[in-house]
Amino acid sequence: MAEKEKFTLVLFSGDLDKALAAFILATTAASMGMEVTMFFTFWGLNVIKRNEGPIKSKGIMRKMLNVLNRGGSSRLKLSKFNMLGMGTWMMKKLMKESKYPSIDEFIEMAKEMDIKMAPCSTSCGILGLPDDAFTDGVMSQAGAAFFLAQARESKTTLFI
Amino acid sequence: MQADETLDCFGLMCPMPIIKTAQAVKKMKIDQVLEIVATDKGIKQDMPAWCKTTGNECLAIEDSGEDIKVYVRKARD
Repeated sequence: MAEKEKFTLVLFSGDLDKALAAFILATTAASMGMEVTMFFTFWGLNVIKRNEGPIKSKGIMRKMLNVLNRGGSSRLKLSKFNMLGMGTWMMKKLMKESKYPSIDEFIEMAKEMDIKMAPCSTSCGILGLPDDAFTDGVMSQAGAAFFLAQARESKTTLFI
Repeated sequence: MQADETLDCFGLMCPMPIIKTAQAVKKMKIDQVLEIVATDKGIKQDMPAWCKTTGNECLAIEDSGEDIKVYVRKARD
């Protein structure tokens, strides 16, 4: 095949359902032979935070934020019907019963498929997220120009 | 239809049958045929679309009501 088609998306949301949609499309695009870049910004960074251990950030406000907004693929909530976690628990149960992959498994798949996952550097700066806040296999932090350079070469771009 | 390999996607939902097909086809030789046994109804639209994009050939789709069998010929590396 000639040069690979590109697919680039921004995941702005940290909701479980929206993250799922993003990973479904990203992994499918990769399986269709496309070169995929996922750019994680703001609440979307919660999706790729590692699940274990505390996240060390500087300053009282950022420390507080990263306790209240801990994130990590196992802590994501549904955008609707979370119902204090019960709705999310039920959705995860339904997904498991349907043999559907979890976000964690989708992240692993994305890594195996060489999907680039870039955390937004500005969001990381403001929210106080060091490089080691993220799960292994995530790219180094990148900015808007990186995203736009990828996006302008992509036939398909999405903002989720 | 004769197939060189069979991929069990029974009970799996979109996009897993497509992702597993892509992985399986990668390991096969050109002109070999993969049989995919699935239950996700979307596969009837998805597999021809996947084949069209990746340059492979969707030979047949057989829906028995209990499962859907799709045959894909690897046409390129």
